[in-house]
Parts: sequence; structure tokens; C-alpha cells
Amino acid sequence: MRLQYILRRLAFLIGVIWTAATLNWLLPHLAPRDPVVEQITQQVAMQGLSADALEEQIASRKALFGLDRPLWQQYLDYMWRILHFDLGFSINNYPTTVNQLIAQSVWYTLGVVGTATILAFFIGTLLGALLGWQKSPKILSALIPPLMIFQATPAFVIALVLIYYLAFRAKLFPLSRAWDMFITVDWSDIKFLLNVVHHAMLPALSLILVSVGGWGLGMRAMMVTVEGDDYMTFAEAKGLKGTRLFFRYALRNALLPQITSLAVRLGTIVSGSTLVEVYFQYPGLGSRLNNAIGTFDYYVISGIVFFLVTGIALTTFLVDMVYPLLDPRISYQRGT
Amino acid sequence: MGEFLRYVQRNPSLGWGLGILLLLLLFSTVGRIFVNKDDAYALATIPDLPPTLDSEYLDKMGEVQGFQAKLEQLRLAMRPTFGTDSQGKGLLASLVYGTGMTLQIGAIAGIIGIGIGTILGFVSGYYAGSLFDNIVTSIVDVVLTMPGFLILILIASSLADPDELEVAQMGLIVSVTSWAFPTRAIRSQVMSMRERPFVMMAKLSGMSGPEIILKELMPNLLPYLVMSLAQSVYGGVMGSLGLQGLGIGDRRQPWLGMTIYWLNYYAAFLRGMWWWILEPVGVIILLLTSLTLISFGLDEVANPRVRRRV
Repeated sequence: MRLQYILRRLAFLIGVIWTAATLNWLLPHLAPRDPVVEQITQQVAMQGLSADALEEQIASRKALFGLDRPLWQQYLDYMWRILHFDLGFSINNYPTTVNQLIAQSVWYTLGVVGTATILAFFIGTLLGALLGWQKSPKILSALIPPLMIFQATPAFVIALVLIYYLAFRAKLFPLSRAWDMFITVDWSDIKFLLNVVHHAMLPALSLILVSVGGWGLGMRAMMVTVEGDDYMTFAEAKGLKGTRLFFRYALRNALLPQITSLAVRLGTIVSGSTLVEVYFQYPGLGSRLNNAIGTFDYYVISGIVFFLVTGIALTTFLVDMVYPLLDPRISYQRGT
Repeated sequence: MGEFLRYVQRNPSLGWGLGILLLLLLFSTVGRIFVNKDDAYALATIPDLPPTLDSEYLDKMGEVQGFQAKLEQLRLAMRPTFGTDSQGKGLLASLVYGTGMTLQIGAIAGIIGIGIGTILGFVSGYYAGSLFDNIVTSIVDVVLTMPGFLILILIASSLADPDELEVAQMGLIVSVTSWAFPTRAIRSQVMSMRERPFVMMAKLSGMSGPEIILKELMPNLLPYLVMSLAQSVYGGVMGSLGLQGLGIGDRRQPWLGMTIYWLNYYAAFLRGMWWWILEPVGVIILLLTSLTLISFGLDEVANPRVRRRV
């Protein structure tokens, strides 16, 4: 039974990765745009090569990327390379591979998105639990409208307001980038590290503000449901202390569905961070993606999207694997 | 009408949501009387003006004869009321036309999403366990695991010339990801309703599957479908704002996301042009919050039990 559950989840994971890879390969073939031709024409326009050299260049560049072979062969070839995590080269700065570009920027994104997700989860869950708890002071419910507004708004719009008020007007935080322009880059220097953290705070804050609402409102609804359960009435009748009821009985049981919604929320927060990074000129994957869109460097665009989709699918898979351990009630026969 | 008002008192989310949305719709329709459409595009007026009234034109209003001429003077005077951006767009005109266009993009995506979602959701929910249902649920599961916005970026940046995308095309692109969630939600609603006695009754009296779906299930799920539509339009607006924020789409248009794109491009916050930041941000927040409130409110209409619980 347990094996069947794992296999089903694994098949699903492979399905997601296969779909993403196929989309990556298929889209440029459906499109009227040809990344290679566009890139080279642009270079020619700037450097002034003659037209026959142009044809030759396009042909040789296409051969380089394997675009002169039959379609099915290209597809199998692409899948084979994807299996080996080979995402190809950047068309723009040719010798650089997409993997190298991702390796340069992934840590910034991971740092900001990871921190924001963890903090938003804890703050939102606790806040939601308090909001759903009947004995909480009534004044807390004043928090619901702002939570809803933040949750409804895209992170980069919140980011703009934060940049204007906290960075430009109040000068509490730096406006953009990952560290000061004139600081010596030295990852073992505590002063430099503090500078990096200081720069990451505002992007993280905008992501936290938009995601706290989701965690909070979800938790609140679960708390209300749990509170109506019989074991809660029984525990209360036994005369258990309020804090014990809150943490051990209500919060613990209401927490589980929160974990299943992690996958959806990760997707939202990663999409959100793409734009937030652009607006903070933060050198993570989002900014890379934006630069690649600007120059139509298709392999970089598709490579980064594929990397993020795979990352989220893998995290979801891991959560699915851990979840039955957390909730023994879940049956392995038919996964939820 | 009176009954509706009394109901809204019990369901404040719906009331607030509809109220704000109505206000925005009025702003973007009646507002058109007071602005020229040209002012919403670049080079219309003097750049970088803070919010003011152009008194020169206001004075001229008294001098000119005829309603049409007076209105024209008023429009010219209103140009900088909300300030102007650094390309010389009047922000009032920009927001009046942009709000409507942004909502249009969202509505196109939302309606397509709900259309596909309703068909797939009803059929696969009613024939749950069939091959069709299995295929639909697998595809929906896969699509929902992928972050929709990134897929939109992939599609938008490769499919056509992204700088030429118009309102309808923008809506079409966003609708690529907007059908999956409604499909799943409607399917699960249909599945729970399929076992109810009235459906059994219809089956026993010899109604065919499609007939039951159209005549028995659909009318009962109408409030739920309207709620899904509100959610879907919200998703469409969100998706298109994100794409525009990256500069994908026709950048000359006064769409709300494009206004945000340009204010970042020209670093409005470094120049202290607060009006250029706060006005579009305010409208975006109002628009998205109203759509969220409406779907919360309609959720109460569709599942009255939720109301009693909370």
C-alpha cells in the first residue's frame, strides 16, 4: 500500500517534469519567432556584416544548437539533454550555459523566497490560529481586512509602496541590488554579510506581506472547524487550561491542512518573487528571467522556467512523502 | 432591490466588493466624459506635473460659447488633476481608460476559463471514474502544480511579438492557465451533488446524462459558478498585471500594469513622484480587493453553511 502511494506520487512528479520539458521544446516550434535568426540579425545590424555571411552564420549557429535535424530527433535529443540537467547555452552570450547562469543567481532567490516562506508560514499560522480562536480579544479581528487586502494584491505592487516609503522617504532600507555598490565582496566578512541581509529585507518583506494573509485566513477557517469538534468540547469539560487547549488540541490539529497547501503557495510566492526581484534589481532568477525576456534569449527563459517548475514539483513531492508520517489518518490506498 | 440591500447587510463582503467594483466601473465609464482618450497616451501634455488643476483652461471655460466647447475646456483643465508621468501622460485619463481595459483583459480570461472549466468540470464530475474523468483530472493536477505565471511568461514571450499584444490577445494568453482551477472546483461540487436524491430521481425517471447536467445540476450550481467567475476574473487580472509588470504586451497602452512598468522604468520613486506611484497602486488594490470580496461573499451565497459556522 505504502509503495503504491509513493509510486503514484512519483508518476505524477515525472508527469509534471515531462510536461514542462515538452512545453519548453514545443513552444518555439509553434511560434513565428526564431530566437537564433532574431539574435543574429540584431548583431548584424549592429556590426554591419554582409547578407550572405548572415545566411551562413544562421546556418552554422542552427547546426550548433542542433536545429537543422528532423523534428523527432530534436525532441528526443532535447529530452535526453533534459534528463542530464543540460539546459543548453545562452544564445546571447554563447559560451555561457544556462546552468551557469542559474547557479549564479539561484542562491539569492532561494534565500529570499525560503526566508519569506518560513517566516510567513509561522506568522500567518499563529495569527490565523488566534483569529479563529473564540476566546481571543475581539480587537484582533481588525486585522482581517488588511490581511485580505495584502493577500489580494500582487507582491510587486506592495514592493513599490515599500520602496517609496521605507527606502526612499524613510531611508531605512537600501533601494535596490543585493549589496552596496562600493562594498568589497567578501563572503567571510561579517560586515558584508550584514549588508547582504539588509538588502534582502525589503524584497522578503513584500513577499511576507502578501503571503501571510493566505496562511492566516486558511488557518482561521481550519481553527473554526476544529473548535466545533467533539474532542474539543470534551477537553474543555475536563477543565484543561486555555493555553493547553489552544496549542495542543486546536492548533496542532488545524495545522495539517496548512502543509498540503504549501505546494500551491510555493508557486504563488515564486511567481511573486520573480517580479519583486525585477523591481528591486535583485540579482536572483527573476531578474535573469526578465533580462532574458528583454533580449529574447529563449533558452535562458525556458531553462529558468523549467528549473523553477521542477524545483516546486520536487518540493511538493517531498511534502507528499512526509505528510503521511505527520498525519497517520491518511490512507495510502487512495492518495488525497 | 430592498430585499437585496437587506441581504447585503448580512453579507458585508459581497456588499463592499460589489460597491467598490461599481465605483471603479463608474470611474472608468462616466469618467470618460471628463477626459480625452489621447491624454492617456504619451506626449499628451507637460511631463512630471504634480496633481493640479490647469486654471488657464478653467478661466477660458467661462469665455467660450456652447456646451461642447465648454466641456472641451474642462477636459483640458482636468488633464493634470491626478498629475502626469514623465512621458506626459495624464494619469487621470490613463487610469480612467486603463482600469476598464485591465478589467476587460481579466474578464476575457475569466469567461474563457469558466467556460472551459464548466464543460470539463460538469462532464468529468458527472461521469466520475470514467476514462474522460481520469484524463481531465490528471491534466488538471499537472497544470495546477506548475506555477501558472511562469508558464504565462514562457508562452507570452515565445508565441507572438510580445510588444504588439492587444487587450483581447492578452486575455487569450492569460486564459491558458485560468481554466484548470475552475475545472477542479466545479468537478468536486458536481460530484457531491451527483449523489443527492433529486438527481437519483431524475435518473430513475429516465433523463439522460447530458439532460441531468443541463436541467438539474447546472441551475443548482449557478451561485457557485458565479463565484468561480469572480475568482477567475481575479486570476486573469493578476496574471495580466504580472506580465505587464515585466513589460510584456503593448507598452503604449494605459493598462494598469503598464503604468506600473513605466513608473519603475523611469524610477518614479527616486524623483519623489508619489502621485505616479500611489494612484495606480491604489486602483489596483481596490480592483483586486473588490473581486476577492465578491468571491468571498458569493461563497457564502453558494455554501450557506459556511456562514453559520464562522
